[in-house]
Amino acid sequence: MTTKTQALLNWVDERFPLTSSIKGHLTEYYAPKNFNFWYFFGSLALLVLVIQILTGIFLVMHYKPDASLNAAGVPVAFASVEYIMREVPGGWLIRYLHSTGASAFFVVVYLHMFRGLLYGSYRKPRELIWIFGTLIFLVLMAEAFMGYLLPWGQMSFWGAQVIVNLFSAIPIIGPDLSLVIRGDYVVSDATLNRFFSFHVIAVPLVLIGLVAAHIIALHEVGSNNPDGVEIKKKKDANGIPLDGIPFHPYYTVKDIVGVVAFLFFFSAVVFFAPEAGGYFLEFNNFLPADPLTTPPHIAPVWYFTPFYSILRAVTYPLFGLDAKFWGVVAMGASVVIIAFLPWLDRSPVKSIRYKGPIFKFAVVVFVICFFILGYLGVLPPTPGRTLVSQICSVLYFAFFLAMPWYSKIDKCKPEPERVNFK
Amino acid sequence: MSVDQKMDSGRRTLLLATSAAGGVAAVATAVPFVASLTPSERAKAAGAPVEVDVGKLAPGEMMTVEWRGKPVWILRRTEDMLASLDKAEDKVSDPSSDKPMQPAYAKNKHRSIKPEFLVAVGICTHLGCSPSEKFKPGAEGGMSADWPGGFLCPCHGSMFDLAGRVYKSMPAPDNLEIPPHQYLADTTILVGEDGKA
Repeated sequence: MTTKTQALLNWVDERFPLTSSIKGHLTEYYAPKNFNFWYFFGSLALLVLVIQILTGIFLVMHYKPDASLNAAGVPVAFASVEYIMREVPGGWLIRYLHSTGASAFFVVVYLHMFRGLLYGSYRKPRELIWIFGTLIFLVLMAEAFMGYLLPWGQMSFWGAQVIVNLFSAIPIIGPDLSLVIRGDYVVSDATLNRFFSFHVIAVPLVLIGLVAAHIIALHEVGSNNPDGVEIKKKKDANGIPLDGIPFHPYYTVKDIVGVVAFLFFFSAVVFFAPEAGGYFLEFNNFLPADPLTTPPHIAPVWYFTPFYSILRAVTYPLFGLDAKFWGVVAMGASVVIIAFLPWLDRSPVKSIRYKGPIFKFAVVVFVICFFILGYLGVLPPTPGRTLVSQICSVLYFAFFLAMPWYSKIDKCKPEPERVNFK
Repeated sequence: MSVDQKMDSGRRTLLLATSAAGGVAAVATAVPFVASLTPSERAKAAGAPVEVDVGKLAPGEMMTVEWRGKPVWILRRTEDMLASLDKAEDKVSDPSSDKPMQPAYAKNKHRSIKPEFLVAVGICTHLGCSPSEKFKPGAEGGMSADWPGGFLCPCHGSMFDLAGRVYKSMPAPDNLEIPPHQYLADTTILVGEDGKA
């Protein structure tokens, strides 16, 4: 570095912690050297967040949150999305990037969460990282749900109608609460405008704040790894973990490989199957919203379906309250319970590599149940399907609620002193 | 805080009082913001009653009108349809309409002013989907063989009879809502106002 640039850098460093931040978070942030495939998804989630914000900024330049009908009798919001798709140069690509990005976000976040589950990344001292992560997941669901109303298609409208009505199931405050959410007696222009406001500014601000907290907390305690052993326990003479390597350049370069592979699949969907067979963009949403006609079958977008199945699985009233209310409680609990994992897992080891057969079996059952619930969530209910979703819902909760016992009695293997690395 | 530091209790009291006053001001400032989320005057005014001419409605036919942004059904029931209400009597969860889902003048077996015309809000009491017509009795419309005719909600499978009464053990907790309505003339219905209020 020339003396002049060094002088400039010094000038900045005396006024802003530039060099020390770069060191603390990149060049001297020591991550375990044994990261594997599963460790791509954190950085990919960040990439998708950037894609969503960038494409979102450009979509807002052409989109109009207006439910009134234009001269042709089509809602203005719906027509503005068609305008983006057909008349704005490159608009179709920006919108498909955004709509595919929504599904991609959930794909990478689900895989990222599953990584945490496999390697015990939620265990002490990373409880707060996990809680911030669960909050990110919750906020992401709110963001996706509100964004889905904006095209003002049939599924947008009726999906919002069903979900907002969920809140009315809460005793006493419920009906007024859903009125305040909608801003009207039905899903209407008022609802569309406030969801637009939440989707483009309020919720993204919260999301970015939570992502910052998630990463700051991670860099405070350091990353977990596939062996689930703390690399900070074994340090060299300079205080650097023996099994740690600087995040930059080692993992920035590795993550670029992940980015390239991800963009390969992402582009394939964007260019060749942006609707993904009706799973990413539902066919009924190509019809403008009609408050008088419910589509024959309402299914949420794929990433909500496991939780939607749990909602539908509750068909019994309890303690004098409707089944509807308990369905809402079960759905809420199925997300919130994830945050309690750090205290539910009593296993002496963190990583699945050293956990015993009971835990491994429980994870397999849990994943199968999650997929079955997700599959049933897109189908119309029948008595048989309801029964299957009830069984899977019970197993879903049992995975969490019985964990303090089965993780304790499980026969674990001894953890190694240092990470395995070939 | 070190123990030997003397706390100035006068200043501490002042600090607490200032914080409390600031907190009250912050909460008071939130009030107009929360209020702005509730339905606007325009949204409240949009609930104007709707006048409907049912003269052209043939027996067995249903029409849908929009009131307060919701679909309101007007079904002209045939003799067979009215008879089907008796068959459904022991299958519905609130046969005598004890829950206040209707004005007092519609709290009867057919849940309407005139037995022939059913006026009901076509919104499922579960999560707000609009149920679809399954008027034909029997298994023809994909229902069970002893189906007496009624409505089926496409979202979560709630079933209603031809008076909008919900079947037992359905996701929907209540019968369909009967809106306030009155007859201005023999075949003219005013939906949304019953002349009493």
